[in-house]
Amino acid sequence: MQSGLKKKLFVAAVALGFAMAVPGAVVAGDTIKLGVAGAQSGDLASYGLPTVKAAELVVAQYNAKGGINGKKVELLVEDDICKPEVATNSATLLVTKGVDVVLGHICSGATKAALPIYKEAGIVVMSPSATNPDLTQSGDYPNFFRTIASDDAQAKTEVDFAIGTIGAKKIAVIHDKGDYGKGLAEFAKVFVEKSGKAEVVLFEGVTPGAVDYTAIVQKIKRSGADAVIFGGYHPEASKIVSMMKKKRMDIVFISDDGVKDDTFIKVAGENAEGVYASGPQDNSKNPLSAASIEAHKAAYNADPGAFYENAYSAALALLNAIEKAGSTDMAAVVKALQTEKVDTPVGTIYFDERGDAVGVGFAMYQVQNGQYVEVKK
Amino acid sequence: MDYFIELFFGGLTRGSIYALIALGYTMVYGIIGLINFAHGEIYMIGAFTSFIVATVLSIYGFPLLAIVVIAALAAAVWSSAYGVTIEKIAYRPLRHAPRLSPLISAIGMSIFLQNYVLLAQTSDFLPFPALIPEFAFMEPVAHIVGSSDMVILVTTALVMLALTLLIKFTRIGKAMRATAQDRTMAMLVGINVDRVISATFVIGSALAAIGGMLIASHIGQINFYIGFIAGIKAFTAAVLGGIGSIPGAVLGSLVLGLTESFATGYVSSDYEDVFAFSLLVLILIFKPSGLLGKAETKKV
Repeated sequence: MQSGLKKKLFVAAVALGFAMAVPGAVVAGDTIKLGVAGAQSGDLASYGLPTVKAAELVVAQYNAKGGINGKKVELLVEDDICKPEVATNSATLLVTKGVDVVLGHICSGATKAALPIYKEAGIVVMSPSATNPDLTQSGDYPNFFRTIASDDAQAKTEVDFAIGTIGAKKIAVIHDKGDYGKGLAEFAKVFVEKSGKAEVVLFEGVTPGAVDYTAIVQKIKRSGADAVIFGGYHPEASKIVSMMKKKRMDIVFISDDGVKDDTFIKVAGENAEGVYASGPQDNSKNPLSAASIEAHKAAYNADPGAFYENAYSAALALLNAIEKAGSTDMAAVVKALQTEKVDTPVGTIYFDERGDAVGVGFAMYQVQNGQYVEVKK
Repeated sequence: MDYFIELFFGGLTRGSIYALIALGYTMVYGIIGLINFAHGEIYMIGAFTSFIVATVLSIYGFPLLAIVVIAALAAAVWSSAYGVTIEKIAYRPLRHAPRLSPLISAIGMSIFLQNYVLLAQTSDFLPFPALIPEFAFMEPVAHIVGSSDMVILVTTALVMLALTLLIKFTRIGKAMRATAQDRTMAMLVGINVDRVISATFVIGSALAAIGGMLIASHIGQINFYIGFIAGIKAFTAAVLGGIGSIPGAVLGSLVLGLTESFATGYVSSDYEDVFAFSLLVLILIFKPSGLLGKAETKKV
């Protein structure tokens, strides 16, 4: 009886050993190791899992072609559950396993925590989703890149449009006191003030859900603003726009992605006509975007999730840079990222010296005949 | 000066909006001493009913006036049915329970109705048709006070007048006052208290429904949640004016509306609610029963 148990344990141990040995065998070969880090479990798993799938598909595509410069690409996946304290562990683990480049992390906080570890190890990191402006603008992380526009890019697009295209001189910045709306409005205010070409004549928050916005609309009128930039969502925007029409005001109304929604047009009706809103660039006409979504459907029999195209593009950009640089050395990869343009689902992109993707970002749309139409600058 | 007048009328409109809802709060409180937290939801149901009726009628090409009248009637009847049913189900069985029990029952009713409309209708915002046309004669002053503002102001004034007359000079009004003063005594002299209370809920709900229609038409959008915030503000206004008093509810609403409007206009809309509720606290410190409320000596 005793010996029987021992035998079983032995068999189990051998089996386990074989199971462990399979991935180990691949590690032993000369490969390019692409780390993928992000939330893969927990509340925010739905933000991170599509990135893993995107990386798998891109890697499979490269390996089918015979890899990069004769070397196969290997994936190393680590879960950081979007927590900064876990992200440092995942990063250390990836570095010890000898990753060459990392796709990730997903959340801004986790990314910020992990970046110093990669920086020390000389590893290039590219996030498909971390939008915190400081990650690139602080200049602290020369190894960091991203394929998503930063949080302030939308405000920048709106302000450039208001001042450059519309020619507004006095701008009223209104927001809904929420994280999204107020954050955007504060960026817009800073950009207007920095431009020196226009002034912020009013900066105020309205209470979402209040029954009536007459007073704030009268205040906008009194401020003499020739354009309103609103940070918030469509219910408040449609109330303000409708009230402006009722008070016979005819000034430019510019808003954000929260308003670039068909519900806004449905609710505000004809008052919506002429309203501008910024929104992510439309990739639907890009054949690579369609191809990447098709690949996902073919492989997983489901529609891709959040940040999928950004992740797909980041994986392509990273592997392309290694291929062009001919090495995984950080300086060479960074140089290739900044100089070599690459065709991706989010457009043909390269990276500026801070690490933000050039060619990724927001476009302006206007309601014309009950539809949002992209406005050319 | 122009700016002051603009803000003044803006505040009046906002106050009248609150008043149409606050009247229902104050009537119910006056009669049975209950804060009917589901009242905001009655207002929301009124808005939804008039939305559905108006949409259907406009498909059949009815003239605007007919649409307004039929939608208002339908909303009033439907909301009254809800009001009376709520009273029967949620408040009547608790009439002799401690005061806290019907209050909690009311909050439960409010949550139930919100979610009911959310599930039965939609969680989206719906575009409410402009039932009040832009009158040509209002055009010169439209930048200060629009047609729908005017209609709301006039309706509120008329409703307050009608209610005051009803309570002072009619049989049912007399019965209501008697019930409010002493329910047991009213029963002893042959007043059907249950019917009086039902009548109160009918009137309050019908007012809220008509208010719902006018306000939704003024704002141009509805969803299942509009009753909550409007209800809280109207309740504040009713307390400010002295809950239980009908002119008090209107006065409190106008004071609240004007305060918010001027606070936004001269200070910042960020502090709109701060001013509104600071005012409430101040008034309650100096006049605990509200502006026009009677000091409650004893309620058996």
